[in-house]
Amino acid sequence: MADEMNNISTADEYTDTAHSSEWKKFQEGVEKEKAQKELKAEMDKIKANKKTGPKMQGTDWIKFAILVIIAIIFIAPIFLVLMNSFKGKLFVSNEPFAFPSSESFVGFDNYTNGVEKIGFFPAFIKSVVITLGSVVLLILCTSMCAWFITRVKTWYTKLMYLLFAFSMIVPFQMVMYPMSFIANTLKLDNLIGIMVIYLGFGAGLSVFMFAGFIKSVPLEIEEAAMIDGCGPIRTFFMIDFPILRPSAITVAILNAMWIWNDYLLPTLVLNDDKTLPMAIQYLRGGYGSIDMAAMMAMLVLAIIPIIIFYFACQKYIIKGVVAGAVKG
Amino acid sequence: MDKAIKKWFPLFALPTVVAFTIAFLAPFIMGLYLSLCKFKTVKDAKLIGFNNYARAFSDDKFINALWFTTKFTIVSVITINILAFILAMLLTKSLKGTNVFRTLFFMPNLIGGIVLGYIWIMIINGVLYYSNATITSDPNYGFWGLVILMNWQLIGYMMIIYISGIQNISPDLLEAAEIDGANRWQKLIHVTLPQIMPSITICLFLTLTNSFKLFDQNYALTAGAPGDKTQMLALDIYNTFYGRVGWQGVGQAKAVVFFIIVAAIALTQLYLTRSKEVEN
Repeated sequence: MADEMNNISTADEYTDTAHSSEWKKFQEGVEKEKAQKELKAEMDKIKANKKTGPKMQGTDWIKFAILVIIAIIFIAPIFLVLMNSFKGKLFVSNEPFAFPSSESFVGFDNYTNGVEKIGFFPAFIKSVVITLGSVVLLILCTSMCAWFITRVKTWYTKLMYLLFAFSMIVPFQMVMYPMSFIANTLKLDNLIGIMVIYLGFGAGLSVFMFAGFIKSVPLEIEEAAMIDGCGPIRTFFMIDFPILRPSAITVAILNAMWIWNDYLLPTLVLNDDKTLPMAIQYLRGGYGSIDMAAMMAMLVLAIIPIIIFYFACQKYIIKGVVAGAVKG
Repeated sequence: MDKAIKKWFPLFALPTVVAFTIAFLAPFIMGLYLSLCKFKTVKDAKLIGFNNYARAFSDDKFINALWFTTKFTIVSVITINILAFILAMLLTKSLKGTNVFRTLFFMPNLIGGIVLGYIWIMIINGVLYYSNATITSDPNYGFWGLVILMNWQLIGYMMIIYISGIQNISPDLLEAAEIDGANRWQKLIHVTLPQIMPSITICLFLTLTNSFKLFDQNYALTAGAPGDKTQMLALDIYNTFYGRVGWQGVGQAKAVVFFIIVAAIALTQLYLTRSKEVEN
């Protein structure tokens, strides 16, 4: 478990392992584990010799117990949402910590209610379309752009790089008003148009990260390909793009998380369509009154896909987020 | 090789450059200009100088939001980092199930701000129900509600960064300290903390910028209530643009001030990480 975390810490190592064959990885894993076990056994021996045999175990159990308590506190909110999603409106606000009883239990009423009220499924599908479309566009365009500005060295590629880096420190509020004006004028207020906006907005971080990875691709391979008669397009897609795959996953996850959860940008840009966060916000009526029962059910439906996605690609997500933190 | 690639600019770089110009570059320049204008729909902008900035700084709501945001940022940066570091220390000991714990603690980070806000409305209102109050009856409830929410969301994320820092410390160093007779506390202060300085810098600035720029969570949890007292900067700017007629110019001026503060924070971080790299 320790070396798993070590992998996370360096993006380069991550690139290496992703390309070695599965078998090699497996073997390496076994060897590492063996070495670790041996090391641990030795350490344990040393520790045991050092006076604190049973006492260490005692404090270890206390620490473990503390962790279990914290873990329960951490899951409790999600559990409470799930529990309350089956209770009647009044009971959600009056006794949210009580289990559903025969009196308060309403079955799936909140779900059917909420789904209808906010148009859950259209919103969900639109969110999926926008997120997927924008991420694919971002990966393709920004990797090509990053390759171009790292391989061509002139004044304007340097300027572009600076501008992309600069855009990362500008908060959304600075540009939101003129941006929604431009988006409206250019008729980008639909599902396709918003992808263009996301491409432009995500370009900073994505180009910056891709450029970092491309710098580590040896130039010799590309030159060999070019001498063999590959044009820039084939060189990029046959040589660079496969090498960049692990970093593309990182960039994709960072952007997907941001776009999926984004509330403000689609609210300002989209005309008739609603994304999932917008649909959920829609449950807050005038004067701040909220239908909490339907809200709980919709929150469950919003969280489930995230949890599935998380458990399906947990490793990539944690790696990606850490890499993004270090680079950004 | 340069030249062969150069002529491919339209294919490789142009799509990104066009989108970047539409979504960021043009709005940014327009934003700077509009902050000096009086306007309602962008098209009717008239240059009026620094009047908007003067109005922004004499707006109580803005000053209150600035103060609220600063307070919130300081409290959440401290609590998140201390708690995340303690968890990271616990989870780098050879305990059972550390992987399961890590997975769990990180999870809230993936949930979006709007959803987070409504989860915590339910919980906080549930607790306050016993004293006949809601989260919007006192600005303090909103403040601490936001702090708790932010802790729940970011502790796991920062913990992961601290863990990777702690695991990069060479065991030799700790062993050497032990042989020299250092106790646990001394090892922490003199070995662990200096060794994970890069992680600390990253975490401090991530929490700092994330807290300072917070919008969704603030919008969903209290929406500024009661009486705009729990309004943070980003939300105040949003409300100035879209909630107050004739204040668009002031909103843009506030946004420029906001940008300058955020940029100053980011550049400080850049400077600090750079100067550390030189030391190493």
